[in-house]
This record gives sequence, C-alpha cells and structure tokens, in this order.
Amino acid sequence: MAGMYSDKVMDHFANPRNVGQLPDADAVGEVGNPKCGDIMRMYLKIDGGVITDVKFQTFGCGAAIATSSMATTLVKGRTIDDALKLTNKAVVEALDGLPPAKVHCSVLAEQAIKAALADYYRRRGVDPEPIVGKLEEPHHDHGEGCAL
Amino acid sequence: MSKLIYLDNAATTPCAPQVVQRMAEILAGPGGNPSSHYSIGYEAKQIVEDARAQIAAVLGANPAEIYFTGSGTEADNWAIKGAALAGARRGKKHLITSAFEHHAVLHAMQALQRQGFEVTYLNPTPEGFIRPEDVQAALRPDTALVSVMLANNEIGTIQPVREIAQICRAQGVWCHTDAVQAVGAIPVDVNQLGVDLLSLSAHKFNGPKGVGALYCRKGIALPALLDGGGQEKRRRAGTENVAGIAGAAVALQLAAASLEEKMAHQAALCDYVIDRVLSGIPQVRLNGSRHNRLPGNANLSFAGLEGETILLDLDMQGICASTGSACNSDSLDPSHVLMALGLPEEIGHGSMRFSFGPQNTMEEAKQLCDVLEQISPRRRAMSCMWLQEENTARVYHLKGEH
Repeated sequence: MAGMYSDKVMDHFANPRNVGQLPDADAVGEVGNPKCGDIMRMYLKIDGGVITDVKFQTFGCGAAIATSSMATTLVKGRTIDDALKLTNKAVVEALDGLPPAKVHCSVLAEQAIKAALADYYRRRGVDPEPIVGKLEEPHHDHGEGCAL
Repeated sequence: MSKLIYLDNAATTPCAPQVVQRMAEILAGPGGNPSSHYSIGYEAKQIVEDARAQIAAVLGANPAEIYFTGSGTEADNWAIKGAALAGARRGKKHLITSAFEHHAVLHAMQALQRQGFEVTYLNPTPEGFIRPEDVQAALRPDTALVSVMLANNEIGTIQPVREIAQICRAQGVWCHTDAVQAVGAIPVDVNQLGVDLLSLSAHKFNGPKGVGALYCRKGIALPALLDGGGQEKRRRAGTENVAGIAGAAVALQLAAASLEEKMAHQAALCDYVIDRVLSGIPQVRLNGSRHNRLPGNANLSFAGLEGETILLDLDMQGICASTGSACNSDSLDPSHVLMALGLPEEIGHGSMRFSFGPQNTMEEAKQLCDVLEQISPRRRAMSCMWLQEENTARVYHLKGEH
C-alpha cells in the first residue's frame, strides 16, 4: 500500500490534523454514504466571518482521512469566502496527488466543507444555495453506483 | 521495519523451497518441448505426465481426468463456458451458481448472460452456506450446469458440494466446483464430492503462480476453449508450463502429506485471533459460520471502521492482510460476498480477511491482536460512524428509512 499513496497522504493518514468534534460548533456538515464507504463530517467554529476552529470525523479509506485532514488545514484561520473557494484540486495538489480511483475523496472533502458552511447559513436563516452552490444529496439512493 | 507478518495466504502463498528447487532443476535443464519427438522432448513429456499422475492421486482422480491450465480463473472459465457451449448444443441454456462466487465464476456467468444464457444466482444463508434444496428448486429441464464453490474465498465457509453434486447427478446436470481455496487447505477427493468438474490453482498451496488445473470426469465431453496444438488431449492447446506443472505437483504432494497437521496449526491460530478479537474489541463480528470454514480463514467486521484504514495501519506495522471487500479500482461498492450475507453496507466496508498459512506462528497471531487492539479505539475516535459518547457504532439510515 505504501506505493499507492504519496508520503504526504500517508502523513495525513497516520497523523490526521484537526481530528475530533467541536461540541459548540457553529456549523456541522456531513457528506458521503455507506454504500461507497466514505462519510465525512466537518465541524466549524466561525467568528466574524473567520473560521477560527475546525474539526473532522471521517469514516472511510486512507485517502478519505487524508483529504479531510488536509481540507481542515486549508480552511482553518481563513475567511468564509476563502473557504468557499476551496476546490478538490487544491486538496489533491496539497497532498502531492492521489491515485485516480481516490480523487473522489477530495471531492467529498470539498463538499464536506461546503456542507458545513451551508449549515452555518441555514442556522442564520439564510438560504445557502445562492452562496454555497448546490450540494450533492448527502445520502443518495441505493440503486446508484459509487462515483469515482 | 521488523519481520513481515504475512496473513494473506488466501490471496497467494510463497513457494515452498522444495517447489523452487524442483522448478529450478527443470528450468536449468535441456528444456525440450513435450510435443517433440526426441529424447529431451520425451523427458519433458514425462515430467508433465508424472506431475499429472501425482496431482490426480491426491485428488482421487484418474490422471487422464486432469487438464493443466494457466490459472484457476482459466479452469473456471473453461468449465463454465465449455459446459454452456455443450449445453446449448442440446438446447440447454440455463446455469445455476451462487451469488458469492469468485469473480472468475461470476464474470464468466455474466459474459454468458450477454450471449443469451440464463443464470440463476442462489443467495447464501446469513451464515454463508448455499442450501442444496435451493439448488434442487432452481433446476430446470434446460439447466446445463450447476457451479458452486467448495470454499468461499472471502469468508472461508465450506459449501455442501457433495449434496449439491448428488442432486445434479440425479437430474443428469453437470456439476462444477471452484475449489481454488480448498485444494491444499482441506481434504478434497473428487469421488467423495461426486462433482464432474473441479478447478484448482497451484499458488494457493505454496506452488507457483500461473499454473491451474481442471479436473474433468471421464465421460464429460467438455468442448475445448483454446484451439491450437494437440496438448492436453487436444482440449487445451498451448505448450505446457513444464516447470510450473512439476512445481504444482510437488506443492500439492507436500500439502497433502502434512494436511492434518497444517489444518490443526492454522485452526489454532485462527481460533486464537477470533476469540481474542471478539472478546477484546467491542462490536466486531465474525463473517461466516464459526464451523465448517477453512481452518486458516478469519473474516472480521469492525463496526465504525473502514477496511482500508485498518489495512494501512497494519501495513505500517509490517502486517499484510486483506480487506473483506474486493478493493478493485472499478468500483467502490462493498464486497459482493458480504452483501450476499445481508450485512449493512457500512459493516461490509469495515471487514478484514486474515488468512493463515503453515508458516505463520502463534507469536504472529498475538502480534496481530495487539495491533488491532491498539488501532481500533484510535481509529474509531476519528470516525463519524462511531458514537464517541455512547462508545458504539452508529446505525446508518438511508434516506427514507427510519
């Protein structure tokens, strides 16, 4: 397996950053589904439009854990606007690449941050869709295959 | 890194030293073609025929009933597609198999479906067994073949192939068994089983990779799949893998000679791991029945964890194992075997297969448990499928379910 992932991925898998829960989170987002074997949950603490703290919990493969971890480091201390611009590509690049079959994990990490931000707006009575964009249904139906 | 602990013997096994020695002798020898008519050709032919007789003896077969192939997968494909072809000539276009076969069987069946054959897939019981009465009920006048594996490659459960073969024989339907995981691991006798066709693979019992064999009972007119030269009685063309075939025979004889001892040893290691993990780590389940399973197979699901996480953590500690799920790059779906048992998807994703071989030690089994006891709580603390406060796995409800 060592040959499958970059050293950066293995580092974030072995020692994930910002792992855990935030009991007083201002926003929580969860994406993924059990059929595909990856579920990510992001907790955000937001103060004055800045993400002051972030934690994650992920059920999934090595790449799912590493992309979650990397995504948290890329948004921590940044503004909501910056976080909204986070792309899966940026996560992949920061990890020195992912095997093609695992790129979907980086998409999930991006979606998890966006799902949390959507929750932040929703809690404030703001429709998140014009700001965050349309998010994939977190729990899609059984019949669908798992996108790579 | 300390010494590697190899617990993936169901995937493949290292070659026994005697196998390597025998193959090296042959490869370093004159290397004649068994089809050639001069001394070194006859010599090569003799090596192949001796190996055939040795393998036949272990399986209780006649040497004329053993056909060498390039893999277990080839043997499976030949048996299934050959039987379908023979059946179609008599207007029989229906096949029966189980839903938790190896892909060598399942994908061969699917290929036949695309060509207009009908296939019935029987579901196993939650314990991991195909019921002979389900085979009986699925038989039709146009059934050409029943193919049920002897031992499941993921969960190790041993199928009632003898009873299934009896049902088939009574109806005049050919019966095939994929015995790739069973041969060399448990006693396998073709007459005791009563099957017409049986596939095996040498690298599963400390033989070389690239050598398989198909047992084809006398009187079963299985059409050839590979046309060409006259090898294997014109039924499987291609110059024989002489050294590999000889190596396979050495490996099978070695496995058969120490079978009981080997089975007891592997069972002791497996029992230790299963008992210690089930009692020491909360919410772990053993997949497949505790009884009637391969002595070296432990397939365990760790609720709240995903298999690759465990795999990578083990690999970092020098332990080689396998996820229960076929981690293939085309699909992220959980293992079809575990889904066939009725496991929830998230539990299916959290499954590991540990398969022990004769070379493994109790010390290695203990080390595996030490590492699992260390990994599980640490990784569960990171998982959103583990309820941290309650210290239990979260039950996942799909949309629309409650």
